Amino acid sequence: MTDKSKLGFYLLLMPLMLWLITLIVLPHIGLFMVSISEKIGVREYETGLGNYAVFFNEPLYWRTFARTAFMSIFTTILTLVLGFPVAYYIAKLTRGRTKTTLFLMCLIPFWVSELVRTFGWMILLRETGVLSNFLQYTGVIGGPVEFLYNDGAIMVGLVYTSILFMIVPLVTTLDSLDDSLIEAGYDLGGTGYSIMREIVIPHAMPGIVSGCIVVFMLSLGNYLTPILLGGKDSLWFTGLIYTQFITRFNWELGSAFGFLLLALSSTIVFLGLKLSRQSLTETMGR
Amino acid sequence: MTTPADLVCKDLTKDFDDFRAVDQVSFEVPQGSFFSILGPSGCGKTTLLRMIAGFQFPTSGDLLIKGKSMIDVGPSKRPVSMVFQHLALFPMMNIGKNVGFGLRQRGVPASEIKTRVGRVLERVGLPGIEDRQVDQLSGGQKQRVAIARCMVLEPDVLLLDEPLGALDLKLREHMKIELKSLQAEFNTTFVYITHDQSEALVMSDNIAVMNKGRFDQIGTAKELYYEPANAFVAGFVGDANKFSGKVMGIDGQRVTVTTNGGAELSAQAMHGTPSIGADAQIFVRPEAIALSKTAPTDNPNTIPRIVDSVLFNGANSMVLLREPQSGETLQVTLPQTGDLLGLGKGDTVFADWDPAQARCFATEGT
Repeated sequence: MTDKSKLGFYLLLMPLMLWLITLIVLPHIGLFMVSISEKIGVREYETGLGNYAVFFNEPLYWRTFARTAFMSIFTTILTLVLGFPVAYYIAKLTRGRTKTTLFLMCLIPFWVSELVRTFGWMILLRETGVLSNFLQYTGVIGGPVEFLYNDGAIMVGLVYTSILFMIVPLVTTLDSLDDSLIEAGYDLGGTGYSIMREIVIPHAMPGIVSGCIVVFMLSLGNYLTPILLGGKDSLWFTGLIYTQFITRFNWELGSAFGFLLLALSSTIVFLGLKLSRQSLTETMGR
Repeated sequence: MTTPADLVCKDLTKDFDDFRAVDQVSFEVPQGSFFSILGPSGCGKTTLLRMIAGFQFPTSGDLLIKGKSMIDVGPSKRPVSMVFQHLALFPMMNIGKNVGFGLRQRGVPASEIKTRVGRVLERVGLPGIEDRQVDQLSGGQKQRVAIARCMVLEPDVLLLDEPLGALDLKLREHMKIELKSLQAEFNTTFVYITHDQSEALVMSDNIAVMNKGRFDQIGTAKELYYEPANAFVAGFVGDANKFSGKVMGIDGQRVTVTTNGGAELSAQAMHGTPSIGADAQIFVRPEAIALSKTAPTDNPNTIPRIVDSVLFNGANSMVLLREPQSGETLQVTLPQTGDLLGLGKGDTVFADWDPAQARCFATEGT
């Protein structure tokens, strides 16, 4: 490389580096410094892992932490199970205009903000809401029933807000599967199940994994949906972080929680990739 | 009682929403023969093949394999296998898994799969490649693996959907011979569809020429080449010079036609003599035309022509001649002997042919 093209390369790299350093690296260093400083008096701090110890000594914290992780994993599985048939239908069983229309219909709800979408679910599920009224009208239930403020409602909301991010990568990978491979499978005596297991799913694996990573991250880091649909007692870990920062003014503990969440999501994604034998470059680089 | 043919189609028809893709096609393919369906793209040959494989269902007609009707049988239950146009090897599996796929679906025990896969790979000349990945193979090797993947199931009929289309020319020439010898090796009935007439001519025992959903002619390569049943077959199979004109005289089988350009040519009528004054077409093969620098005596069809260009291609060299008055061009195989080698643009030569080697057909639709 000549000196001139080198200069051009670094200039082009500049915005990315600025973005990475100022918005990601610096805040994280700052948060980490905060998280390892213990308050021992007014404006007196000491370096130590006390904030992390608080997390492990208080069952409410780590139970909420585990609960958030498990519900996010469950959301991811549920989204995959619901999204795969939809994506398969769009990618393989429709053509031309129908395909575009169906794809757009998946996209349309995402034109409004997540807040509005979540309120939509509240209108449907609340005690005086559409579902409760309908069931009373048809005589299935005697009196009004509250469908909001439970784990089911949280799950519904999480799946709903993240399913698009599962469908898009799945449609893309399934689209790239040559139809003749499926036909060859049938021609060689395969059944629908064996073709799905041996041909379609292995081919779609990068899409499945990248969809799962995105959905899992979105669920784990979601704040709005668990709070609105799960109510005050939803016990979502992001809620705890919010409380530490905003309500309790305990930035030290909040930062420690933030880092624990980061470690958790990284670990689970890493394990997921290992289990599915995929690499991050392969799934995200497509 | 003779054994029934491996594959029998009776008045097979397939209608799509707005057109008829396959129109009352009937044929029989005897056991162990190589049958080709030759036709231009869009003639319905792929639809026909997909009906035999079971991916599409005929609107009417019957389809029998080894004497059993296949109309209500799904593709996974038919005793046919298909080699797809782009081979459709499974990239997510290694070669051994690919070839063993069909056996696994049939619930064959793993140890037997292993020996049968090994044996079939040996027969196609690729022993011991079970652990390789699909993308590590060359085009010709993939071809053989695709055939092995079908043959390991011992199908009654193997369908091939233009599998040589994606290969480069040299390999294609080589694979033609190899496919033919593989067919002899397995002694299985092959049904091969192609738009490349040389593939069909070289490999097949019998060829069906398909046009607009119908079979125009079924015959051996020689029959199609020397005794075409109609103008389409004459023009499609092999190279041919085509002249259109009006019938001026008939003498037995010999028809004299005045072309639209004004030249008077004569040829042999094959199926039904056209009437005088009717529109007709004459087909002459480039290799049936003789060239000379001096005017031959007493030969019909002799017209002095001017060399337009010499298309040098070694043994397959051609010369393009133009008739000065009408401007009609004629493609002639250039003899590689004598003084014609020095032929150049602008020279005048005399071209003539025996009317018995030219074919005349009444123009269709008149």
